[in-house]
Amino acid sequence: MLTMPAPDQAVLSRRERIVADLRAIVPGEGVIDALEERRAFESDGLAIYRAVPMVVVLPSTVEQVAAVLRYCREGNIRVVPRGAGTGLSGGALPLEDGVLLGMAKFNKVLEVDYTNRCARVQPGVTNLGITQAVQHAGFYYAPDPSSQIACTIGGNVAENSGGVHCLKYGLTTNNVLGVELVTMAGEVVRLGGKHLDAGGYDLLGVVVGSEGLLGVVTEVTVRLLRRPETARAVLVGFPTLEDGGNCVAQIIAEGIIPGGIEMMDKPAIHAAEAFVNAGYPLDVESLLIVELDGPRAEVDDLIAAVDRIARENKAVYSRISESEDERLRFWAGRKSAFPAVGRISPDYMCMDGTIPRKKLAEVLRGISEIAARHGVGVANVFHAGDGNLHPLILFDANKDGDLLAAEKCGADILRLCVEVGGVLTGEHGVGIEKRDLMPAMFDEDDLATQMRLKCAFDPDALLNPGKVFPQLHRCAEMGRMRVHKGQVPFPDLPRF
Amino acid sequence: MSDLKPSDAKQLRDVLAWAAAESVPLEIVAGGTKSGLGRPQRPARKLDVSGLSGGIEYEPEELVLTCGAATPMRDILLLLEQRAQMLAFEPPDFGALYGLAPGGGTIGGSLAANLAGPRRIKMGSARDHFLGFSGVSGRGEEFKAGGRVVKNVTGYDLPKLVAGSMGTLAVVDRVTVKVMPAASKTRTVLVFGLAPAKAVTAMADALNSPWEVSGAAYLPAIAAKRSGVDHVAGAGTSVTAIRVEGTAVSVAARCEALRGSLGALGPVEELHSMRSVLLWREVRDVATLLPAADTALWRVSVAPTQGPTVAAVVPDADWFLDWGGGLVWLSVPDMGDASATAIRASFGEGHATLMRASAGTRTRLSVFEPPAVAVAALNRGVKAQFDPRGILNPGRMYEGI
Repeated sequence: MLTMPAPDQAVLSRRERIVADLRAIVPGEGVIDALEERRAFESDGLAIYRAVPMVVVLPSTVEQVAAVLRYCREGNIRVVPRGAGTGLSGGALPLEDGVLLGMAKFNKVLEVDYTNRCARVQPGVTNLGITQAVQHAGFYYAPDPSSQIACTIGGNVAENSGGVHCLKYGLTTNNVLGVELVTMAGEVVRLGGKHLDAGGYDLLGVVVGSEGLLGVVTEVTVRLLRRPETARAVLVGFPTLEDGGNCVAQIIAEGIIPGGIEMMDKPAIHAAEAFVNAGYPLDVESLLIVELDGPRAEVDDLIAAVDRIARENKAVYSRISESEDERLRFWAGRKSAFPAVGRISPDYMCMDGTIPRKKLAEVLRGISEIAARHGVGVANVFHAGDGNLHPLILFDANKDGDLLAAEKCGADILRLCVEVGGVLTGEHGVGIEKRDLMPAMFDEDDLATQMRLKCAFDPDALLNPGKVFPQLHRCAEMGRMRVHKGQVPFPDLPRF
Repeated sequence: MSDLKPSDAKQLRDVLAWAAAESVPLEIVAGGTKSGLGRPQRPARKLDVSGLSGGIEYEPEELVLTCGAATPMRDILLLLEQRAQMLAFEPPDFGALYGLAPGGGTIGGSLAANLAGPRRIKMGSARDHFLGFSGVSGRGEEFKAGGRVVKNVTGYDLPKLVAGSMGTLAVVDRVTVKVMPAASKTRTVLVFGLAPAKAVTAMADALNSPWEVSGAAYLPAIAAKRSGVDHVAGAGTSVTAIRVEGTAVSVAARCEALRGSLGALGPVEELHSMRSVLLWREVRDVATLLPAADTALWRVSVAPTQGPTVAAVVPDADWFLDWGGGLVWLSVPDMGDASATAIRASFGEGHATLMRASAGTRTRLSVFEPPAVAVAALNRGVKAQFDPRGILNPGRMYEGI
């Protein structure tokens, strides 16, 4: 079972004093003290783990964020930042002795600058909210995680969120130009801006995806894109998973980068079809949605090529969208795959590994064996273009031992992803969910190097401790050099 | 003293463990094509990593390539070309810029400097295509980061930190990069005679159109005259260039649309295939479009609308714009502070790098943009964690880093 850092009793014993001090920094309703109200924050999208935070603070200015962090650093109080709490890896799981710092009040679009193709927004603006603010002018913000109605851009920055269009348009990191960040020391720093790339170390590059361990983001500058002239999708069914995988490989080998390529296996197809009647064929083993977007001339050209490639790879079903309605219907099934699976199983757990695409058939076979071994069901949806696999493990939390079996199954699946050359998480983050699996991918020196980066930002490990890294080490201990003068021989190398 | 030349990762670790223990500062060199970039160094020893080369694992269908960090860039580009793929960030070849032969750079050098060509505006920089690496820190510890797949958020994104760190944090021995399909056709629409501010507006309109522009540059008349492309050199006025890439039918349709909208601003011309390729190679590699050697050369990244302001700040300077106005290449006399103060005061957010100047000038000035106080403190903290004894290219980026 997962263990979190032991609560600091010295901090808990000062709780009343701390609440009063925080009220002096964030007046009014910005400090939440009542147990019932704190309980509303006890988990994020990984709802099987819960903890009631010591106190919840909802600041509304950068100065308040800085003052809260300075206060917590001085008082040795742990802090967990939170956006909308939709994350699936437990990155915003509160600590019982910690301040939960909710950024929901930072909800304004500060500036839209079409000429420079960017927008400055506060971190509590939702992902979709950015697109909604600019779509009247024909623009959008590209990364589109499936929680985009609710998730915030601040959370997206923390998790380096993806979506179905990553292969062509990149993850959050490729679409964020700058942030304003408050460090645990209460320093406000600006990294990046409306310009491209860093003039020195690319600190922005490591802040994105740092899961709330390096600082609290108080402003984000995002890249805006012009909406493609058109988008069309083709729905293709295959008699085997291999054929579907081969089709994707050939599309890419022929130089086509679709806006999205999604694959579903038979259990996922059936669940989705029963839920929304998208018109999916039920007698196929794998179903692909390939979407081309861009200038009309190009899309019409390429969609025909994709249709040809599909036939060359033994497709038994192929249908090209002839209208916007039809395209959206193709997507309706895929987009509702998670709730659809929720209908056929009392509970499900969504995993998130990435694999080399050529290993797909092997991995899916391995996943069914693993699931059978643990006595749980599984359905698979797959961002096939970039190899990001989402196995949905089906279980019943009310059944004794089922949750534990599902968790073990998930861990085995992720280990398999690493074994075949992939990674533990493609877009959901490590959080607490995959924390203890990190050694499957990184050895001790790899992890120490990453943790030392944190030491440069947060030497007392007060910001979101217990997440991402399986063990907490003191920075002083990790900072020590292992070798000293005269102890290492001059290396035996060819000389020139 | 003799150079240290490891031929594999283990030897690299031995060298760095020794240098860390003895506090021996090292200058890290592979192709040696960027020795002129950064503050001049006086390290005790040279660490020649050119032996960490080859071992290419290229999987076109997976869109990834892994190889030794010192693998020559020209070998990689050739290999990719055979499978109609590319490094989408369009790595520049600055050989000529530094008075060297072209084609001498390595993939590791390109990533360490995080440089990108005109396609940066559409496809991202070197950092955006740097998926993973293995290397040795200034502590003499081997470590790896990132992965060998195109989508990965496991742990901190250390490839981004190492990209652009100029060898001051770790010595990388193997790298994995994302590769992309290369377009089968390229064409460029030229608009003649626009003033700088008007050109930036025109480029913004093009970049904001649905026509997926992959290059937008502005050459004042003097720079245009130096081009080896006849239509550009013979223009006798400024040239605004807009590039599209893709399939034949797509490129033709988009060019026609762009000619329609841009044609309202001034006379237009279209460059096909080789001429288009040559022009963008000139914009990417810079050297031919600006005066040779002897001048100080600045590379300034700003919000695109600020480009013309930055360009105008030094009277009589020679310059051109890339990235729709967001990248200013500015050639000024190499004397005094080489206009550093004026240039750096001319923009708000952004950064100016002194890409080429005499060693004296690069010693006197901050070659890289001076960071804000709080950012400088973070930089020092990061350096101290990765390289506590300061053995990796010390002082090349900033004093004390």
